Amino acid sequence: MNIIDRRLNPKGKSLANRQRFLRRARKQILDAVREASARDGITGPADNRIRIRADTLREPHLHHGAEGGERWHVAPGNKEYIEGDRIPRPPQGEGRGRGGSPDGESEDAFQFVLSRDEFIDLFLEDLELPDLLRKELREAEGVTPRRAGFQTSGAAANLNVVRTMRNSLSRRIALRRPRPEDIAAREAEFSRLSEEEAADPATLAEIAGEIEHARRRARRIPFIDPIDVRYNRFEDVPRPAASAVMFCLMDVSGSMTAHMKDLAKRFYKLLYLFLSRRYKRVEIVFIRHTHIAREVDEETFFSSTESGGTVVSTALEEMVRVLRARYPREQWNVYAAQASDGDNMPADNAHAVALLEQSILPLCQYFAYLEVGPEDERYGGSTELWRAYQRIAQTGMPIAMRKVNHRSQIYPVFRQLFSRDKAVRSEGVV
Amino acid sequence: MSASTEQFVISSGKEWNFSDLRRAHDLIEEIARGELGLDTYPNQIEVITSEQMLDAYSSIGLPLMYRHWSFGKRFARDEALYRNGYSSLAYEIVINSNPCIVYIMEENSMTMQALVLAHAAFGHNHFFKNNALFRQWTDASGILDYMDFAKAYIARCEDKYGEAEVERVLDAAHALMGQGVNRYPRRRGLDLAEEARREADRRADEERNFNDLWRTLPNAKGSERRHPELAERRRLLGLPEENILYFLEKKSPLLKPWQREILRIVRHVAQYFYPQKQTKVMNEGCATFVHYHIMNRLHERGVLDDGGMLEFLHSHTSVVFQPDFDDPRFSGINPYALGFAMMQDIARITKAPTEEDRAWFPEIAGNGDPFGTLREAWVGYRDESFIRQFLSPALIRKMKLFAVHDDSRSDLVVEAIHDERGYRAVRAALADSFDIVKHEPEIEIVDVDLDGDRRLLLQNRVHRGIMLARDDAERVLDHLAYLWGYEVRLDEVDHDSGKVLRSFEAGPPEPLA
Repeated sequence: MNIIDRRLNPKGKSLANRQRFLRRARKQILDAVREASARDGITGPADNRIRIRADTLREPHLHHGAEGGERWHVAPGNKEYIEGDRIPRPPQGEGRGRGGSPDGESEDAFQFVLSRDEFIDLFLEDLELPDLLRKELREAEGVTPRRAGFQTSGAAANLNVVRTMRNSLSRRIALRRPRPEDIAAREAEFSRLSEEEAADPATLAEIAGEIEHARRRARRIPFIDPIDVRYNRFEDVPRPAASAVMFCLMDVSGSMTAHMKDLAKRFYKLLYLFLSRRYKRVEIVFIRHTHIAREVDEETFFSSTESGGTVVSTALEEMVRVLRARYPREQWNVYAAQASDGDNMPADNAHAVALLEQSILPLCQYFAYLEVGPEDERYGGSTELWRAYQRIAQTGMPIAMRKVNHRSQIYPVFRQLFSRDKAVRSEGVV
Repeated sequence: MSASTEQFVISSGKEWNFSDLRRAHDLIEEIARGELGLDTYPNQIEVITSEQMLDAYSSIGLPLMYRHWSFGKRFARDEALYRNGYSSLAYEIVINSNPCIVYIMEENSMTMQALVLAHAAFGHNHFFKNNALFRQWTDASGILDYMDFAKAYIARCEDKYGEAEVERVLDAAHALMGQGVNRYPRRRGLDLAEEARREADRRADEERNFNDLWRTLPNAKGSERRHPELAERRRLLGLPEENILYFLEKKSPLLKPWQREILRIVRHVAQYFYPQKQTKVMNEGCATFVHYHIMNRLHERGVLDDGGMLEFLHSHTSVVFQPDFDDPRFSGINPYALGFAMMQDIARITKAPTEEDRAWFPEIAGNGDPFGTLREAWVGYRDESFIRQFLSPALIRKMKLFAVHDDSRSDLVVEAIHDERGYRAVRAALADSFDIVKHEPEIEIVDVDLDGDRRLLLQNRVHRGIMLARDDAERVLDHLAYLWGYEVRLDEVDHDSGKVLRSFEAGPPEPLA
């Protein structure tokens, strides 16, 4: 009998199978993930339970159908039946005992849990930061050591035993260092011969000489020589800045309905998910505005309403202030998303555009403007603010804008903005 | 020394450690070998976590398995069920290998570990080593090496030909897995000397029994006589052939060598599990009987204290619980319950038989050797024959078994209950319901037109009007057409009338890449 403790064996033995499974059901899982994202709350997919149709996952085999034919069933626990009793046929689909598939899995749906990483991976598949912006991630935040070959000196902790022993072995072979086994074999032969009566003294002397020679040689050629020793070498690689700050700007004046705020919220959530996937650390700044702007916490940002006019530039000014005060350009990647119904005091548009062009966009990696409208909007003419922003977009500044009326549009719009394919990305921005 | 002389006690809720495990194993082994006379493979006990248990589940219980999405699916499903609390994990998994590998969970208490050791490491292990089906069809000492090879081979194929290609072949092979087993020992190849001798015998026999009258009989096998080339072709191809995977591996015209090897691997795995399907009641009954006896003996010896005994009984009774047919928990006959009850019953018959038992089981009634009788039964039977042979009227009465006839049209009719007139009918019906030959479709490859369009013709013999499930049959046929490379047709033929009831066709598929 043998007892083996396997508990420390590497986990995830079935990971490869899981990947194959996810790939197999990819399309259905994607649909399910998207559906889940439309249903979920804002703080991220809390519940990663996914239900998919089991169609492509079906494993067919040849077996008897559950219906038709002549069958016998044996069951335990007879209470009152006697031979010859007739039992009314149970309603369809309640075939006793043998209905359903053998492994007890229902045919129509299959439910399982995706890990959070798997969920987000699928959710954000094919999305990336626009090329332009990736260049700007180069600024180093610190350095990381990385393995880079070997060196002849270093700390004992970095000794590379394999490489050292390999050098030692090849040197010993090249210099013909006698092996201890060989010496031992010669010695054994010597002692055997010397016990024999008829041993030839000349041969004995010769063997003794050989042994002596081999011993001396083995002493002269060390087992490990300092020239064999190798150490792992490390190189410092600059680590790119891995922090991002995300500005959420939102108009909270009376004209913004709960529906519009919900749309904006969904968009922010996606952006947050996306950024937190790409950056180690993401901070969020919430700025809400009417005719005055204020930095608030998340709760206030989304819930309470305020009355007042609408002056967009106040929010932009607030953003510039926060940026200057807390997020130096060289350490932070700046993303901003602005949501508004497009209502702005006409006189303010020029000021807002100027702020964007001169102070904000040069500091931003990406600025997304989301114009939210009522769900039942049939005809949406472009608003003043939209037209003003459009002019900036045409100059090639990193600003993207989309109009959204319905919850279901959020995800497609988001995908469009960050699609890997440039053509898709620029679609719709006139 | 004091530690080993001190009385070793298993008590309720006690945590286990490795030395306890070893001592429990040795005590159990003493009882298993000494009293029950079990003969087992050496045990290899592996302690695993629940995560690893889920892993082991997904690869249909083999410690080594090639990679395929269906195992990932199984894992995802089991994990979801387990995490949501719908199902709990098994306490152990035991593998029919030599040495016999027993996985036990770290979460188990010491009492449970003792139960698991008695159940799996001795009960199942003995059954694997001795049952005739396992001896004939599985190679316990070779399976792990073979799976090691299979896993590496399929991984290599994936590297070389792409995961999609390999997956396609595996999907198709898995669909035909049920048709990848030999149900009967294969006929050996013809031996020239042997054939000559048989031919001479036949002649001598004909001369001895010559009667001119036979010449006047009309020829029964007319079609074979009229189409000798057809008969010859079928003989050359070894048709009819029930092992479809075997046939495809050997005879499919378009498969590449690596694809044939994959079919072979899947076929071997199917064959390895084939005895388990036929011996659920016996295997679990044997293991349950063994653990019940051993745990009781441990209790009598004072190794298992009263608390531990209660913990054991709690778990044991839930394992052998058989809900009545009208209970919402009823989902068929529980093989643990039936197997355990039958074996307890056999032990009773050998020791304290009633008049009825003496009439029904004259060979074993009162022979006073319960374990010897059971050991013989464990060797020579499978579920179907075991029930047909050993289900006693007493047990039928105890379980209140009744047989219902269902003709799919009118009301269900109770044909037999637990009374004098019904015992034999109930027993026969129950035995039939465990006969997998009756529950798996009887499908054979009957012909292939190699000179013409190469269409493969299969036949399903329909007994008592029970036909194939249409949806799955169509899908499986698509897979079959893919492996065969040309058209395939499956006829469902009524066994009694020979009439074709339904046909499925598939292919020709897109050419093999």
